[in-house]
Amino acid sequence: MIPEIGHFALILALFVALALGLLGVIGGQQGRDDWMALARPGAQALWLLTAFSFGCLTYAFYTNDFSVSYVAQHSNSKLPGLYRVAGVWGGHEGSLLLWHFMLTSWMLAVSIFSRQLPDAMVSRVLGLLGLVAVGFLLFMLITSNPFLRLSDVPTDGRDLNPLLQDPGLVFHPPMLYMGYVGFAVPFAFSIAALLNGRLDAAWARWSRPWATAAWIFLTLGIALGSWWAYYELGWGGWWFWDPVENASFLPWLVGTALMHSLAVTEKRGLFRNWTIVLAITAFSLSLLGTFLVRSGVLTSVHAFASDPKRGVFILLFLSVVVGGSLTLFAMRASKVRSGGSFALVSRETFLLVNNVLLTTAAASVLLGTLYPLIVDALNLGKLSVGPPYFNSVFAPIMVPVLLFMVVGSFARWKSDSATELAKRLSPVGIASVVLGSTAPLLAGAWSALAALGLTLAFWIVLASLLQIYQQLRNTVNWKSTPISYWGMHLAHVGIAVCVVGITMVKGYETEKDVRMVIGDTVSVGGYTFRLTGIRTEAGPNYHADVGDVELIREDRVLRTLHPEKRIYFSSTMPMTEAAIDTSLVRDVYVSLGERLEDGKNPAWAMRVYHKPFITWIWGGCLLMALGGAMAALDRRYRKKAASFAATPVKNGALV
Amino acid sequence: MNLKYWLGILLVLIISSTASYAGEATPLAEDPVLEQRLMAISEELRCLVCQNESLAGSRADLALDLRREIRTLIKAGKTDAEIMDFMVSRYGDFVRYRPPVKPITWVLWFGPFLLLIGALVGLARMVRRSQSSAAAPALDPAQREKAQALLQDTELPS
Amino acid sequence: MKKAMIPLGIFLVLVVFLAIGLTRDPREVPSPLINKAAPAFTTTRLQAADQPFSAKDMLGQVWLLNTWASWCVACRQEHPVLMEFAKTKTLPIVGLDYKDKETDGLKWLARFGNPYDITVTDKDGRIGIDYGVYGVPESFLIDKAGVIRYKQIGPVTEEALRDKIIPLVRELQK
Repeated sequence: MIPEIGHFALILALFVALALGLLGVIGGQQGRDDWMALARPGAQALWLLTAFSFGCLTYAFYTNDFSVSYVAQHSNSKLPGLYRVAGVWGGHEGSLLLWHFMLTSWMLAVSIFSRQLPDAMVSRVLGLLGLVAVGFLLFMLITSNPFLRLSDVPTDGRDLNPLLQDPGLVFHPPMLYMGYVGFAVPFAFSIAALLNGRLDAAWARWSRPWATAAWIFLTLGIALGSWWAYYELGWGGWWFWDPVENASFLPWLVGTALMHSLAVTEKRGLFRNWTIVLAITAFSLSLLGTFLVRSGVLTSVHAFASDPKRGVFILLFLSVVVGGSLTLFAMRASKVRSGGSFALVSRETFLLVNNVLLTTAAASVLLGTLYPLIVDALNLGKLSVGPPYFNSVFAPIMVPVLLFMVVGSFARWKSDSATELAKRLSPVGIASVVLGSTAPLLAGAWSALAALGLTLAFWIVLASLLQIYQQLRNTVNWKSTPISYWGMHLAHVGIAVCVVGITMVKGYETEKDVRMVIGDTVSVGGYTFRLTGIRTEAGPNYHADVGDVELIREDRVLRTLHPEKRIYFSSTMPMTEAAIDTSLVRDVYVSLGERLEDGKNPAWAMRVYHKPFITWIWGGCLLMALGGAMAALDRRYRKKAASFAATPVKNGALV
Repeated sequence: MNLKYWLGILLVLIISSTASYAGEATPLAEDPVLEQRLMAISEELRCLVCQNESLAGSRADLALDLRREIRTLIKAGKTDAEIMDFMVSRYGDFVRYRPPVKPITWVLWFGPFLLLIGALVGLARMVRRSQSSAAAPALDPAQREKAQALLQDTELPS
Repeated sequence: MKKAMIPLGIFLVLVVFLAIGLTRDPREVPSPLINKAAPAFTTTRLQAADQPFSAKDMLGQVWLLNTWASWCVACRQEHPVLMEFAKTKTLPIVGLDYKDKETDGLKWLARFGNPYDITVTDKDGRIGIDYGVYGVPESFLIDKAGVIRYKQIGPVTEEALRDKIIPLVRELQK
């Protein structure tokens, strides 16, 4: 009964979304108050129905209702309770419902936090989002219904993929989808602006916190995914340039460009067309990602079981949404020259250069990801594009981004002088080069790449510190500095932290692949590992070989690590659960391999890693997200419209 | 002391001498230098039966076989290029994780760089063009009123 | 053309590629050995470990080399098709038992039937590597001069036989 009610709720949601879409958009266009008034309640009703439907599916999962096909495919009676809930989004149909739930949650947020926006705008935005929801609901109801029943009810389910039975499943997909879907909001704002013809600074100010919010979630989602892969997969990798990873990274890159472009549009009214294209592109890339993961077009460890019918549907949906918006853009793009101008050396220029660089980086990643498909489609053979390509192309493009990031935040709006900038920044530059070139020596061997990475990191951090110092010195009351200013610096420092992590890990990580019997030791990175025992353990739905490995440094046993090799009942592939000791400056990582010899003195394959500063990669992402949150919560986004008349915008104003 | 006693001592001595004592773990590979070269080559090759993994990290059967094959080739003194040729002649270009620079991949390898140059040139032109419309036009009273209303975000009667 | 139409243009091109991509299989690796000499190999027969077999023994005939294994699930799918095809005596079929234990291979053939004129073993998979095998079953059609003319990736299906293999065999046998 419950699954049927959940199914019915989705059908109802379809009609509500359709009504919301039509009434919201047309009402907004024609200024019909009665229709516009339905927008907020409509979005809220849509959320309620979706939440209810999601609840029904969760209930079916949790109570092991194997008569529901989706539950039978992705769950099992021995599956621990936590994964019976998180497993709801472990497969295609459920993850689509999660996608849709996130969309309606953003719509709910827009309906609540939009008091300062004109009603016509809100009505259009919610209406457009409602139309996107219609697409997803149709997709689910026609091709991917999570509530389908089986006529032959199995006694037990096929179990959730063992790789997913991990706390990472609880956080990574929801966070990631919040980010992905979140870009629908600035997308909707852009389309609404194109529809009503007002592409002005006000529109930019309204869109900006939503773009930032989506960006924050996407940053966290990607960081969580990377961290999860690192500790779960067992061989210490954290980024693979896998097509699905790229699919999430692309909206992030474009989203970063969007946030900064919105800054210029808000402050100076410039770059309007560019901002709109970026907003459309960010969401289009999210939809493209959905297509790539679920259509079977590319091979990936993340890909859901593919079905060409689903691929066709998503492609049609993609064509309508993206094709429609780009057509609208082509017709309505602002032909009016903005009237503002800026010098070759100005904050605008540096922001624009970095936007161009970020977009080019995104285009390169997209090209690399799709190239095998393009070559195959043209019948020119089969090619493969792997990490070596992406690493060679992406890193060189990002180096100037990091460089200009700092210069841009120092430069004044509209016009600045190159010599003055050079004068203000040269102490920072010199200090960065000195510190960056010598720091690698502290870590061991000197490496040019490590020096480059650390120099850039110092460049960013020292410049931020200098700016903050000057700001505090020049301001009478530091509390009057808007919180978004601190947010910007925190986010930029976050990037520097991330760069340090990546540089140090790539430059100085060490690993050893050894054969160990009980009592053997192996050393790596100044740490010694001693295998003291191997025993078997039974878990709720697996049995495991668990190793006891002592971690020793300078003859002192720090702790005992327990790497495992699990065999789940539902799968024949053994799963490695690595044991990691984390500290601020390094991870030591032990992974249990195969049993090489049986008998009285069994021998095991073990892999040990020393990874310096690896937590800085994800720590940096966390700082970026925090900085973004501070920027998005700035008071000026929450003030009501009228009070803005008196606020002047000074030249050289802060972010 | 009788024979049994001496045999017992002998037995104890034999057993204790063959009992392995705990020491430094032996590397899984016979020759670490060779393994390093193997890993470097394998990281440039794709595991054909996996979903997007390099030959270096994969645990698949075919990957183990291919790594064993490459190890043999390294021991036989083949160069990196010869080993790559060995793999490509059997599995095609698809097995290379780093796409080769051939006419068919020129767009892939040079595209981003060209795109960047083109974009920067376009940007420079745009900046220069915006500077030519430097003087902001003066507003007449009606326009000024319109501007004021817009600044206050009130909806104009459309 | 308006500059504003560029994004739309790029997108439309992309959609066309994606649509074509839906009809392709990204996991399929085409063989670079087509129209090249079949790699030489010498191995022993499955039923008689003392009897050698070389690829060059088949020169002068058009023949089909089919890789299979007792542990391979998809091979069971193609097996009935091969049995039927073997009955037509169109051309000799050589079975290559890939990375299998001899006893397992023999048991499998005894249980399901033997469509092969000759069965040989590839215990360590090296012949497979030389032929670019990445997943059994795979089959190679080799002509009288010992040149590989066609590779079937995955199980031999009736469509593949009817539309590709048999016509080509007729051609090559002329």
